[in-house]
Amino acid sequence: MTKSYLSLELIDKSFERGGVRTEVLKQVSLSVDKGEFISIIGHSGCGKSTLLNIVAGLTQATTGVVLLDGRVADEPGPDRAVVFQNHSLLPWLTVYENVRLGVDKVFGSSKSKAERHDWTMRNLELVQMAHAADKRPSEVSGGMKQRVGIARALAMEPKVLLLDEPFGALDALTRAHLQDQVMQIHAELGNTVLMITHDVDEAVLLSDRIVMMTNGPSARIGEILDVPLSRPRRRIELAADRTYLKCREAVLKFLYERHRFVEAAE
Amino acid sequence: MSVTNLKLPQDAAPPHAARVIAFSRTARPGASRRLPAALMTALTNLVPLLVTLSFILVAWQVICSAPDSSLPAPTRVLEESWELIAHPFYVGQGVDQGLFWHISASLQRVAIGYALAAVVGIALGALVGQSALAMRGLDPIFQVLRTVPPLAWLPLSLAAFQDGTPSAIFVIFITAIWPIIINTAVGIRNIPQDYQNVAKVLRLNAFEYFGKIMLPAAAPYIFTGLRIGIGLSWLAIVAAEMLIGGVGIGFFIWDAWNSSLISDIIVALIYVGIVGFLLDRLIALIGRVVTRGTATA
Ligand SMILES: Nc1ncnc2c1ncn2[C@@H]1O[C@H](COP(=O)(O)OP(=O)(O)OP(=O)(O)O)[C@@H](O)[C@H]1O
Ligand SMILES: [Mg+2]
Repeated sequence: MTKSYLSLELIDKSFERGGVRTEVLKQVSLSVDKGEFISIIGHSGCGKSTLLNIVAGLTQATTGVVLLDGRVADEPGPDRAVVFQNHSLLPWLTVYENVRLGVDKVFGSSKSKAERHDWTMRNLELVQMAHAADKRPSEVSGGMKQRVGIARALAMEPKVLLLDEPFGALDALTRAHLQDQVMQIHAELGNTVLMITHDVDEAVLLSDRIVMMTNGPSARIGEILDVPLSRPRRRIELAADRTYLKCREAVLKFLYERHRFVEAAE
Repeated sequence: MSVTNLKLPQDAAPPHAARVIAFSRTARPGASRRLPAALMTALTNLVPLLVTLSFILVAWQVICSAPDSSLPAPTRVLEESWELIAHPFYVGQGVDQGLFWHISASLQRVAIGYALAAVVGIALGALVGQSALAMRGLDPIFQVLRTVPPLAWLPLSLAAFQDGTPSAIFVIFITAIWPIIINTAVGIRNIPQDYQNVAKVLRLNAFEYFGKIMLPAAAPYIFTGLRIGIGLSWLAIVAAEMLIGGVGIGFFIWDAWNSSLISDIIVALIYVGIVGFLLDRLIALIGRVVTRGTATA
């Protein structure tokens, strides 16, 4: 491995409000290969969203730099499409129009109108939402909205797909269903994915590597865990798999011990 | 990494597809049962109104039936102003026109002034809502100017335009613009960060952002402003026309007063009220159609 596809180099981030400076991220460095699926896990408030927003370019790092495909990425752009935690679909547009907006913007000059239509529909089909193309976000369920959010991001053909707790607000069944879909899409398209999650099982099931963050303030990357499970992965078979259980235990241990450590320190 | 080559077996998909279709069927049961219900609601709303109306008419009739009463009773209004009520489309000389033409002349002035106010108001509101600098520079001025009563602008605009009609239009403009500016600005300041992030990720330019995010996101607020604006316009036009003369419902009322035609005034007031009500409903309706879906995310 010579040069990684996406790399975060010594990212520091502090917020200043009313003269009070809070350091959120400290010296975060991470290298991600093309096609890799990375999960970031850590306790609430440690700075996961902040880190993702820095990669997305929506927040500026205080120091440090994000490199994507050999270039500095410090402004938001469709090459790093974000699926937001609360879907963030535009409620005045239909499901189709929400996806089409991104398609028109990214492929406005390179694809014909008919091609853009087909591409929009293809991505809706990918998340099995083509049947609801003409509905408004308010008319579909939470899980469906999240799928449209994923379709919108995928349709931009991003170099990196950034997911901020994409399934956080969903019930367990819908969540499992969407995880399977994301795994399948990842298998088909080979996207590079950075996903934030709270859910240990989700992290182990989906990821190639799990980035575990220490508690804030001044959160760092505490540990990176390789998940050496072969793909395709099926949740039922994995439930009793030794490697799976080991990975799961490692993450739980990390979170549990760190958590206790911080409570004792305060 | 070679995750790319690993494909999930295709048979994993069908059960999901089946479940998804089942999802969408649950939303609309019993649409056919709504019509009689709507009829019932209309009736329950209409009956009290009719009762109140007849009560008012009877009371008015009783109170104003005394021979020395200064105001006419409903029956006298019908009698004296029958010409006016029966021939709204009458065309005569000068200001001697049917009520329809007076209302129509007033509406034209309102339409022009209000349309200008809507365009300029939304643009200024967008500016003030978007830029903290513009807000600091303009907002205090708006806050002071908006308290100036509409008619106070009339002499100034007569001096500027030297003519009645543009002056009246200006008064409408200046009356309607403040609530439009202020509500638009509030709406734009309240655009959720999420939508702004979406716009940033998509790299929308200023025009696209204005048309695709800003206007629709702020539309409910903008229409609140537009609705207040149309009400104020209609209030102001009647008063302004009393002063500028010519064809128009305001001058008609003033003229009727000068000729002691109290019954005509009452008929005109009913027209003014109903037209004002319809204008308000029209804007509300347009607002509902345009912002459908925005209220619930
Ligand atoms: N704009 C801001 N100004 C000041 N402080 C901020 C800002 N954004 C985030 N923070 C602080 O940074 C810390 C990390 O926030 P962040 O949203 O990244 O946490 P998180 O790990 O995503 O939490 P969660 O899992 O609950 O979403 C928090 O303590 C928060 O108060
Ligand atoms: Mg977060």
